[in-house]
Amino acid sequence: MSITDHFIEDKVTRIPVKKEGQDVKVDFNELKSGGFIKQRQKDLFTVRLRCPGGRLTTKKLIELARIADKYSKKGVVHLSFRQSLEILYVDYRDFDALVADLRNVGHKVASCGPRVRVPIACGGCEYNPNGLTDTQKMAEMVDEKFFGTSTYHKFKMSFSGCPIDCARTREADLGFQGVVEPAWDEDTCTGCTICSRACKEGAIVSHPETGKPIYDPAKCIYCGDCIRACPTESWKAERYGHFVRVGGKHGRHPREANDAAVFIPDEKVSNVIEKTLEWYKINGKKGERIGTTIDRIGLKSYIEFMKNTFSDATIITGV
Amino acid sequence: MDIKIDKSLDLRNVLCPINFVKTKLALETMEKGQVLEVIIDDGEPIQNVPKSVKEEGHKIVEVKKEDNHFRLKIERR
Repeated sequence: MSITDHFIEDKVTRIPVKKEGQDVKVDFNELKSGGFIKQRQKDLFTVRLRCPGGRLTTKKLIELARIADKYSKKGVVHLSFRQSLEILYVDYRDFDALVADLRNVGHKVASCGPRVRVPIACGGCEYNPNGLTDTQKMAEMVDEKFFGTSTYHKFKMSFSGCPIDCARTREADLGFQGVVEPAWDEDTCTGCTICSRACKEGAIVSHPETGKPIYDPAKCIYCGDCIRACPTESWKAERYGHFVRVGGKHGRHPREANDAAVFIPDEKVSNVIEKTLEWYKINGKKGERIGTTIDRIGLKSYIEFMKNTFSDATIITGV
Repeated sequence: MDIKIDKSLDLRNVLCPINFVKTKLALETMEKGQVLEVIIDDGEPIQNVPKSVKEEGHKIVEVKKEDNHFRLKIERR
């Protein structure tokens, strides 16, 4: 993986400090790579844990609760806006011990600063009836592969399992939202009209005499409601995939992401990320989010660059 | 097609998800292969109830539109 190899964290710099008369080593490189956030209170930090997709096993949660209880001077945690568990009021002199305790239970600290952050995700198709893609599995894979990669500014990714978009892919630097393309079989259709009622987008209207669907793909947002509602399985899933959105952000100056492509298959997601980071690296500037780079360079440049990666998907036109 | 029904529920003016819960409870009292008829309103109920019935593994065997409501026949699976 060329792009991640390129960004190796700088050498570890250990600075000895005194705690209760004893020498304790603090790894300030751990601070630099993020996850340790200075609080208002002297010597105290928030420690952000790495919880891709906001999912934890109950066993892990018990371990983390024990660790949080041991190190938080105030006995509190906070659930971050991007699904991570944060231990508040941690004395920086305890960092080494805390990191060692986390390592013992197989847990890692998250990050802040200009790098690829922990991906967020909704529940996805594993247990949510609306879910079309396995967002949790994707978030885990992406975290494994891309977490911590240095970038010009923060780089946040999110995975929504369906067009309801709970994970807000329009606000992510790179967002993936589940979609399904419906296909209709005339022979098994009884003209019951349920699909036209189930469709909230007006993409299906029923023929006034036969009751059979008239489908307008231009209005379809690929949610799969027709497939799920059809009593005779006449609406079926033609293909599943991801809607790709790029350049979104919230904060002081929000920017809605650009729709880039639709029906990217699961196995291409990691290529899309890699290639997008590559385009950002070539075209971006220090301190600039990818959305700003798109505004400066033009979406066309990005789409052009991504063409091969998007080859088995539909590129959203209008560039 | 005239499918014989074993039980009928009029769920007009019953809101989501109570209409589905009542449907589900009725189906649970029935034998496999028996047919439940439910009458549900157009709008939100017809958007949601058939989906949920399918997700529970039952089969909708007939759908009839009547004025502002739908008459569904559901086979217990």
